Amino acid sequence: MSLETTYPMHWRRPPRMLRDRRWRLVVQGAALVYLVLAVGSLDIEWSRVVEGLARGQRFVEGFLQPDFTSRWGDIRQGLIESLTMTLTATVVGVLISVPIGIGGARNLVPAPVYGVCRTIIAVSRSLQEVIIAIFLVAMFGFGPLAGFMTLSFASIGFIAKLLAEDIEECDMHQIEAVRATGASWWQVLHYAIQPQVMPRLIGLSMYRLDINFRESAVIGIVGAGGIGATLNTAIDRYEYDSAGAILLIVIVIVMLSEYGSSYLRRFLQ
Amino acid sequence: MKPSLVNTAEPATYAQIWTFRTPRARLALWFGWLALVALFVYCWQVMNAETMWVFVADAPTQAADIGSRMWPPNLGYLPELMKPLWDTLNIATLGTLGGVIMAVPVAFLAARNTTPSTVLIRPLALWVIVASRSINSLIWALLLVAIIGPGLLAGVVAIALRSIGFVGKLLYEAIEETDIRQVEAVSATGASAMQRLNYAIVPQIMPAFWGITMFRWDINIRESTILGLVGAGGIGLKLQSSINVLAWPQVATILLLILGTVIVSEWISARVRHAIL
Repeated sequence: MSLETTYPMHWRRPPRMLRDRRWRLVVQGAALVYLVLAVGSLDIEWSRVVEGLARGQRFVEGFLQPDFTSRWGDIRQGLIESLTMTLTATVVGVLISVPIGIGGARNLVPAPVYGVCRTIIAVSRSLQEVIIAIFLVAMFGFGPLAGFMTLSFASIGFIAKLLAEDIEECDMHQIEAVRATGASWWQVLHYAIQPQVMPRLIGLSMYRLDINFRESAVIGIVGAGGIGATLNTAIDRYEYDSAGAILLIVIVIVMLSEYGSSYLRRFLQ
Repeated sequence: MKPSLVNTAEPATYAQIWTFRTPRARLALWFGWLALVALFVYCWQVMNAETMWVFVADAPTQAADIGSRMWPPNLGYLPELMKPLWDTLNIATLGTLGGVIMAVPVAFLAARNTTPSTVLIRPLALWVIVASRSINSLIWALLLVAIIGPGLLAGVVAIALRSIGFVGKLLYEAIEETDIRQVEAVSATGASAMQRLNYAIVPQIMPAFWGITMFRWDINIRESTILGLVGAGGIGLKLQSSINVLAWPQVATILLLILGTVIVSEWISARVRHAIL
């Protein structure tokens, strides 16, 4: 053995994750095997895809030259349903989720209440809006009322969870200070917690308003009213120019509400 | 709390009782609430103009009826569901993969510190992100089933198109938050623009990238379970056909399976993100 060791002349970037070479090979191999299996089970009918490309081109043309006028009555009706559904569902959802969110904060309530509220949150979060909508349409009949119920239910899990986490992260010093003055539980809530979480709650509500509008475009597909029902009809009739118009309206409203809510949040902070 | 006696302009004497808000703030708050309530009532009226209240009154009996039909779930149906479940997982995973591949260039074009042109390309990339985010994957699936026919491919493409916006938005925010000093250090060695990206920015956003990808994968599992409702393959197809023939015990089985899948995928995603970050 000579004393001269040869140093590598080129620097190689060290791997960030999975430092062990064998593990890296195993993970890469497994990923490759999975990819082959998954793509193999896709079962694509290329002739059908090629045939569909012409239709896709028509859709893109419809999107570029949207037709707002010929179905304007339906679009207007759908939009009104969607917007009213969104607002009422968000208001009701926030009203219900505030007490549940408070109950789901570990630093405020005893363990049994915490368990119950966290269970409600978990149930509401794990069910898809569309699946809830299917059941509520079966119960309440077709129309925006079922959509309103769906969106309210879905809002509860979202807002209550984030609100509960926010309350748990509150500054304990402020709570202790208010408690030291002899404040009751309600007074602690009002004077110590509420000022800390209010900006966040308003931000969350605005964000949920935005999400509810987007979802209202979806649940119409299963019969819960709103712009989704109009969109579904337009696509079923192969009226891609009307469908393009509806999608453009949805995108513009979502953009506006996003800018509006970010402006409002900056204004509140 | 009693109302304070404070004159808001320039108080000569201060009130002896402390209040939470000034009178003017309280007044504004009341008007705000009043406006919200009025808007709510108006929207409620418009929304329910055509509601059939007979059906609504009937709802509890309907709910009890469906509930009694769904119980007990038909567990013998489970083996038949394994293939659709595998399809659903594939839709979510391949869709995430495709979405991420398309989202990475969009994110670099949209981030203020890496975009080639803030005037022309950045707004375009931002528009792509907003458009993808505002259209739900079910609507993408609806369109794609009409265009390329029913099947798994429509589901995969729908999930991919929807993921662009989510991954793109979070990733470009991560790129904009990178430490500028590392970029300067690398450019001081004489690195080209691409080398700056590769050696200064990419290592900084890698943990965020994997976290976002796993997070989106978890969301995509949820979304791909229902894509079958519009014909885009997976377990949703079975759900749709079971509902159509009113086989409620099968519906209950499928819902339980979906619930289990969602919980497991959420657990995996949380574990992986925890390990990375």
